[in-house]
Amino acid sequence: MQSHWGDTLQPALVQHIELTAIAVVLGFAIAFPLALLAHRYRKLEHPIGVFSALLYTIPSLALFQLLIPFTGLTWTTVEVALVAYTLVILFPNIVAGLHSAPDEVLEAARGMGLTRMQTLTQVELPLAIPAIVGGLRVAVVSTVAIATIAAFLLPDGLGYPIVLALKEPTPFKTEIYSAGALAISFALLCDLALVALRRALAPWAARGLA
Amino acid sequence: MTPMTLADAANLHTFVDALRFIGDHPGFLAQKALEQLELSGAALGIAIAVALPLGVVLGHFHRGSGVAIGASIVGRALPSLVLIAAFLTLLGIGFVNNMVALAVLGSGPILTNSYDGVDRVDNEIAESARGMGMTGWQIVRRIELPLAIPLLFTGIRIAAVTIVATAPIAAIAGGGGLGDVIVNQASYRLSGVLGASLCVMALSALVFVALAGIQIGVTPRGLRGTTVVHDHSRKEQQ
Repeated sequence: MQSHWGDTLQPALVQHIELTAIAVVLGFAIAFPLALLAHRYRKLEHPIGVFSALLYTIPSLALFQLLIPFTGLTWTTVEVALVAYTLVILFPNIVAGLHSAPDEVLEAARGMGLTRMQTLTQVELPLAIPAIVGGLRVAVVSTVAIATIAAFLLPDGLGYPIVLALKEPTPFKTEIYSAGALAISFALLCDLALVALRRALAPWAARGLA
Repeated sequence: MTPMTLADAANLHTFVDALRFIGDHPGFLAQKALEQLELSGAALGIAIAVALPLGVVLGHFHRGSGVAIGASIVGRALPSLVLIAAFLTLLGIGFVNNMVALAVLGSGPILTNSYDGVDRVDNEIAESARGMGMTGWQIVRRIELPLAIPLLFTGIRIAAVTIVATAPIAAIAGGGGLGDVIVNQASYRLSGVLGASLCVMALSALVFVALAGIQIGVTPRGLRGTTVVHDHSRKEQQ
């Protein structure tokens, strides 16, 4: 494994982190305003939710291929698909978080003279943090997993050493196990970091892991 | 709107070719789709046979929440490609390695949801059943399982869609199915790859819709349109 670290595994890991980070950041940047809209105009929630659920059933390998005629064999193709999948996870979680403030709390806020905007920023958003971080955990971990499929199109990410190894007449076990272990460890590390983030931002939230 | 560019015209053409490929090879694609369903069905069957009883038993005794939660986290963190590749090195190339890899992938949501569904059944209901003289097994079969069906079946549905959607990737490890066409652009060209991708998409959507329909059918009438009654605050006090 040591001999492959510099030329294969390390670049693959760095690419994998980039693929994941871009997808989650863009996905959050799109999902958050959409969720605020759906929170304000509740009629929007159901149609967006159904659309998301159907989008999520599209197999990643098929979605990547179907985007190629539009954006070619590029990172854009991969990112469009990954962002779509993160949106599907993040949007319902953020909306559920925003809806989670109990009615009594909202009435108390109104009674204290808070405007709608103040209620959102000072009451609803803080109460939504556990659900939002929960959504981020699922989004990050599944993006790390789906990003390995990008290797079917591009020679990038931790999936690529695995795809290459599988094409050999006798598959190279070292590549499969080391790249696989890196992908899984990276996903679990991100998950732990987000749990720590939630403890810091919302120390009142239940300690449950799921 | 900008006027249609050359690139757009090329795209349109590509998709027309893909549809033509589907129209020209319906039998071949149907056979590949059947192969994929066979692999997926076998994997789902194993996942249900192993994970469902385990989840129900753990939930009944309210033990092993760590196992159930851990299964869901680790299950999500395991990339399907890694699982498929790892089982190829362990079990060789063909049907069995892919079936086991997909079964492992599907076990996570089934275990978590069947545990959760049974664990969440209100303790008072189980207590009164015990008071009426029901044995543990009767409580599981006649009280906890029916009440757990909404969550339990949701787990099966998630597992089924995940397995069917992942099965094309198994083509790289001798899994067959529509994935065979998708990963072999050299033989089937872009039109074949895109045509098969469209079929894969349709197949997943079909499985999703069919299972949603079955779910409504198997849910006890009293529970339709509701969520399982549960009371967290009480459980924490005990």
